[in-house]
Amino acid sequence: MNKEIIIKVENLTKKFGNFVAVDSISFEVYKGEIFGFLGANGAGKTTAIKMLIALHSPSSGKANVAGFDVFKESEKIKKNIGYMSQKFSLYEDLTVQENINFYGGIYGLSKKELKEKSEILFKELGIEEFRNEMVVSLPLGWKQKIAFSIAVIHNPSIVFLDEPTGGVDPITRRQFWEMIYKAAHNGTTIFVTTHYMDEAEYCDRVSIMVDGKIADLDTPQMLKNKHNAKSMDEVFIKLARGL
Amino acid sequence: MKQLLNFIRKEYYHIIRDVRTLIVLILMPVAQLLIFGYAIRTEVNDAIIGIYDKSRDNISNDITNKMLSSGYFKLQGYVNSDSEIETLFKSGKVKQVIVFEENFGKKFEKEGKASIQLINDASNPNLATILSGYATAIITDYMKDYNSKNNITNTIITSEVKMLFNPLLKSVFMFVPGLIVLILMLVSALMTSISITKEKEMGNMEILLVSPIKPPVIIIGKVIPYVFLSFFNAVVIIVLSYYLFDITIKGSLLFLALETILFITTALSLGVLISTIAKTQQIALMVSLVGLLMPTMLLSGFIYPIENMPFPLQTLSKALPATWFLIILKGIILKGVGIEYLLKETLILFGMTIFCILVSIKKFKIRL
Amino acid sequence: MRIILIIIIKEFKQIFRNKQMLPIIFAIPIVQLIVLVNAATFEIKKINIDVVDYDNSTSSRGLINNFLSTNYFILNNVTKNYENSMEDINKNNTKMILIIPSNFEKDLFRSQSPKVQFLINAEDGSAAGISYNYANNIILSYNQSILSELKVINKPLSLSSINIIDKYWYNPKMNYKQYMIPGILGILVSIIALFLSGMNIVREKEIGTIEQLNVTPIKKYQFIIGKLFPFWIIGMFELAFGLTVAWLIYGLLAEGSLYLVFGMASVYLLIILAGGLLISTMTDTQQQALFIAFFFLVVLILMSGLFTPVDSMPNWAQWVAFFDPFTHFVEILRRVMLKGANLNEIKEPAITIIIYAIAMLSLAIWKYKKVSD
Repeated sequence: MNKEIIIKVENLTKKFGNFVAVDSISFEVYKGEIFGFLGANGAGKTTAIKMLIALHSPSSGKANVAGFDVFKESEKIKKNIGYMSQKFSLYEDLTVQENINFYGGIYGLSKKELKEKSEILFKELGIEEFRNEMVVSLPLGWKQKIAFSIAVIHNPSIVFLDEPTGGVDPITRRQFWEMIYKAAHNGTTIFVTTHYMDEAEYCDRVSIMVDGKIADLDTPQMLKNKHNAKSMDEVFIKLARGL
Repeated sequence: MKQLLNFIRKEYYHIIRDVRTLIVLILMPVAQLLIFGYAIRTEVNDAIIGIYDKSRDNISNDITNKMLSSGYFKLQGYVNSDSEIETLFKSGKVKQVIVFEENFGKKFEKEGKASIQLINDASNPNLATILSGYATAIITDYMKDYNSKNNITNTIITSEVKMLFNPLLKSVFMFVPGLIVLILMLVSALMTSISITKEKEMGNMEILLVSPIKPPVIIIGKVIPYVFLSFFNAVVIIVLSYYLFDITIKGSLLFLALETILFITTALSLGVLISTIAKTQQIALMVSLVGLLMPTMLLSGFIYPIENMPFPLQTLSKALPATWFLIILKGIILKGVGIEYLLKETLILFGMTIFCILVSIKKFKIRL
Repeated sequence: MRIILIIIIKEFKQIFRNKQMLPIIFAIPIVQLIVLVNAATFEIKKINIDVVDYDNSTSSRGLINNFLSTNYFILNNVTKNYENSMEDINKNNTKMILIIPSNFEKDLFRSQSPKVQFLINAEDGSAAGISYNYANNIILSYNQSILSELKVINKPLSLSSINIIDKYWYNPKMNYKQYMIPGILGILVSIIALFLSGMNIVREKEIGTIEQLNVTPIKKYQFIIGKLFPFWIIGMFELAFGLTVAWLIYGLLAEGSLYLVFGMASVYLLIILAGGLLISTMTDTQQQALFIAFFFLVVLILMSGLFTPVDSMPNWAQWVAFFDPFTHFVEILRRVMLKGANLNEIKEPAITIIIYAIAMLSLAIWKYKKVSD
């Protein structure tokens, strides 16, 4: 396995007043891997992700993303990452093509690049007929797939996905993960949070957060062995209950 | 019934937890009352004027002093040439220039005839008329005094005036009832229209509509907290205007409360009506602003007297619930009259309310 | 530069796609100019009057006729009974009552100075004051006519009199509408710019796209310019549209330079847009943004002296008015449009709004953060 470190986090902490949302977490993510970031609701996942993508400033600790420091070089980080949030992020009153042009344009893609990128995107997703449809009229599954394609349109070295498959049917989820694999295969590091434990199995390595701390971190197989569990579901329940 | 209570509780939490909006909603009537009570005066005083005295004699000085001690005028400075007047007006420094002709005093005493020019900046014609009226009154007064010293009277019939309901002619007496109408409209109609539209925009409405709760329950649940909020606001205005401006309610409090609830119902149904039409909160806002708040402020008789408006606007004004509620409010608060004098107005308002409720129920059904 | 352009294009697309919003943007100026201009007048033209004539003589009827021959008064009822007329007041059928005492004519001819009484509904204090002025003028002129009759009888009186000549500059026809139009154009520009810009960014917060924008390498200045520019354009367009409507309906053309009008409006809009941005950054929902915007707008408009002169306000209120950018903008519009003032003649308010624009923009940019704490 390629062991080049692309995200390095040391004792990263986030406090909101007296409440410690993220409590001194440390971990590393290697280039090109699919890194699963699991945890119950309120465990601190979203806060941790927001610090890594420079939406929240950390209270203390160190973090380096794609070779840049989250405290000092947040704008440089932003150039090198993609992000897809749990809230829907496309403009519903713009067409698919216009969304591509807008987000791609913001990342500084030239007109020519935008054209090439959209041709590839429409061909790969096979949605040529949706090109000039308003996003609002598309089914949710398609919206999510398009949102992912747009999140990686500028070839970021890491893409952060915050519960990307919430509310999507199993077939679309499957297709979605195929897209993730493909991106990983092309060398993009994937940092993904999810609620679905079957999805955790697809990851190269998984970290499980409980109460703001990382309870464990390993490959799915190793985690199952270590906790004497048959499935990731069981691992998760054992860790979350503090067993 | 239990569903309804739950629903009201949910809406109540929405309102209470949004502290910023709540502060604005409570602060707004207070701030407006203070502005209208203390800052906005339709009466004019301390108008800044210039004096161009080409004569500079005792009489012109006497008149000047009389003007400046009246409280209506304040001197910017003496003007020394015709061209200076133009500059003063254009740079907005004075509102009026009083010109005494050459040898003013001599002509007045010897020939019994002298002239004064009152040059007004009539870009504001209203102010120009008022100031010119004040100046004329002061000069006429001076003439009268001067003549009566020489035992010549020029008045026979005298008059006496009694200003009813508001002897000190305070403009705040007119603004308080108007303000109540405006705030009720704002909280009841604007707030509800926005809040229902928001549920639509966010997709929550669909969830609620597929639930076993009946649509009327949803709507009633949504609007009831606003009834309390508006009523609270009306009470705040009335209590404050009693302590700050000595405005006491001459009529029956119970009657006032009942009429207020009637109008709140009208305003709420207007709010619901707007929310059935508008797709987004921004649209609901714009429709409420242009369709409800602006007319309430301008056409209901709140600030501007209806009798002076052109006929089409008077007709429009009569179609507004706010106009009728304002007459009722003034009647109860300032005149202290009861239902026997306000029957027509109450019936019209009642009819309008029923109409609004029916239309909004119908519209609401069509949409779903 | 290209990034700014991309944001601007996106904003315009969203604005023009909103099929309900566009007509509103066009309708507001027309409605405001027609309704506001015609409604917003303190001129008193028609006053309903009841007369209680206890004398019922030639002279009392002569006095009543004097009232009716002016265009101000409309006779509602002549009664012999004070109670009936009070009933009319309570029912809002009449605004004032003139009471002519018995022996009015007799006293008049014996030079006993009869006294008439007015009862005026003073709910609207200023209207009551003006009505009384009108009524008093009629009494005065009635006196004059009687005096001149007496002159014929008695020896001529040698009165010293001052001839007062009224001159009304800039608006000799005393057209109140003309005065209101610049102010209403000012309101128009402010409403549109403040609400649209104030609700815009908050809307992206509500639907969640703001987060997506914040993780892009977009620069703060690019975002702010890209977001505000479209509304700046719309504001300027509204002004142009409003001016055209005012010209078509009321035939009002600016006396002074239109360049000056638009130039000052372009600066003033920056203050409003920065205010909208500030509201947007400090609120979480459109509803909040809207209420705060509405609150400030009402205070700004009322304190600006648009409807009532600033000079007549108490001292503290004059200070508030001074810090109100709308005061200065309306002042500029009125001076330039009605009096034809040039840049030098509006330099005080002009410099003031430039300073406010810089201050507000700095505050709004400083307050806007891509990263939350």
